[in-house]
Amino acid sequence: MSNTNPGTNPGRRIDLDALSFRIVMTAIALAALVLLVAPTVVVIWVSFTSGYSLKFPPPGYSLRWYAELWNAWQLQFAMMNSLKVAAWATGLSILLGVSASLGIARSPTLTAKVLDSLFLSPLVLPALAFGLSSLMFFSMVGVPVSPLTLVIGHTVVSVPFVVRNTVASLAQMNPSLLEASSSLGAGRWYGCRRVTLPLIRPGVMAGGFIAFMASFDNVPVSLFLRDAATDMLPIRMWQDLEGRLDVTVAALSGILIVATIALMLVMERVAGLSKRLT
Amino acid sequence: MAATLRDVTTYDLKLAAPLAAGFVLFFVTPLAILLALSFQTDPQGGHYGLTQYVNFLGDRFSLGVLGSTLWLGVKVTALTLLLGYPVAWLHQRSPGWARGLIMLLVLLPLLTSVVVRTFAWVVILGRQGIVNATLAWLGLIDTPLKLLYTDGGVVVALAQVQMPLMVLPIITALGRIDPNLADASSVLGAGHWRTFRKVILPLSLPGIVAGCLLTYAAAITAFITQSLIGGGQMLFMPMYIYQQASTLQNWPFAAAISIVFLVSVLVVVSIFNALGRLSRGYANA
Repeated sequence: MSNTNPGTNPGRRIDLDALSFRIVMTAIALAALVLLVAPTVVVIWVSFTSGYSLKFPPPGYSLRWYAELWNAWQLQFAMMNSLKVAAWATGLSILLGVSASLGIARSPTLTAKVLDSLFLSPLVLPALAFGLSSLMFFSMVGVPVSPLTLVIGHTVVSVPFVVRNTVASLAQMNPSLLEASSSLGAGRWYGCRRVTLPLIRPGVMAGGFIAFMASFDNVPVSLFLRDAATDMLPIRMWQDLEGRLDVTVAALSGILIVATIALMLVMERVAGLSKRLT
Repeated sequence: MAATLRDVTTYDLKLAAPLAAGFVLFFVTPLAILLALSFQTDPQGGHYGLTQYVNFLGDRFSLGVLGSTLWLGVKVTALTLLLGYPVAWLHQRSPGWARGLIMLLVLLPLLTSVVVRTFAWVVILGRQGIVNATLAWLGLIDTPLKLLYTDGGVVVALAQVQMPLMVLPIITALGRIDPNLADASSVLGAGHWRTFRKVILPLSLPGIVAGCLLTYAAAITAFITQSLIGGGQMLFMPMYIYQQASTLQNWPFAAAISIVFLVSVLVVVSIFNALGRLSRGYANA
């Protein structure tokens, strides 16, 4: 077989061809990977500065800005709000999304196809336009913006991630397992609880995790649907950054990055996150 | 018996009813109201007409904002494809541990907060940032370059922020290609570049189209990155909508430009979907 491989062919032109192809592709790929990681590394690096600005390189290193976070009550308050809203939105997304996925995943009807497209459409529509339209809707029916409207808006933009991953898991499930459980006398609900749900659990968890991150990070919907008392973390950080480059935000970013990596590794282990995203 | 057997493997479509009802009430209805409001001739309401659309389409400034937003998406998508494709290619031919590492590096930006990612670019591109500090240290510049609040800065930052959306579908597409095809191509005498151009690239088209669609849609709607890196001088559609709605309280005009933006996005999505169907037909042929 080796004599047909052009890499071992004595022809110099082909060697050059193979070499140049690999060098160009690998070089671009490595440059792109550096570009992907650089921002994360930079944030963690400057968060340990001892100075008052985000000058690079830092004049010295300290943990003072992490200590400063204990007193940054505005950021803490915003973070609690964001965590609460994300938790509610994720819970609702899983409850409604998994139920809807069971209904549409194996159904060949046109209604199921239409619903599938409908549930996924918030992924491509500009979230800002949706946020604005929701505000118009709530003000028209006379419901003032509140944490409730915020949770509703976040659920709409988070639920597609749960539906997409759950439908994919259901499509991969072997239906004969359900037939087997049924022929052994299991009822429909029992089969669902003991066969279907355990099999799709990793997909639901991966979808729920991405939904949580999407809600926690959402700005366009929160901008319109929050009330003045409900400060959300990404908006708080964004406004802090528009004003002055605050080093406390760098320390908080460092914590968020580490938390994200930790959660990602846990989800990779329990739900095979990367396999579900490709 | 066959009927009951098939029954246990499908669930009742009614299970989708709660979410469907929620979507009709909190997603479809608001969008319908947005559409209706865009036909109001003035913020006080009462009269309906095409005034807002005429205002938008007759205004060079507004058309310029729309044009620069759509063009921004093209530039970001092109750069992301150029950088992202080799990453997917490298992932495909790497040993197991390296695959895991590349996947982690690709997923991390996808899941990190957009504000955090954008903030990093402010630090990198700023007057005292890494790029300027390095260039000054090398003696290449005397005064800091203006990198932040420039078109190039926005494109590079958005390309980094959206790159995972391009890489992941291409990894999927490359994984589906039968490795024997590349071998067959080289046995028949084609070099690496030629095999890539004639075999690998066409067969991965479905992944490229899917990646371009996601990247483009994300880039033109990336409110935070656009406004923090672009600054006040560069206005793109999302910020334009927000200014009209929030600062100026001009809801009918904000609704009209939202609809124009929505329709533009939908047109682009349909074009990509049509291309995707064509490319899948091509890849499966």
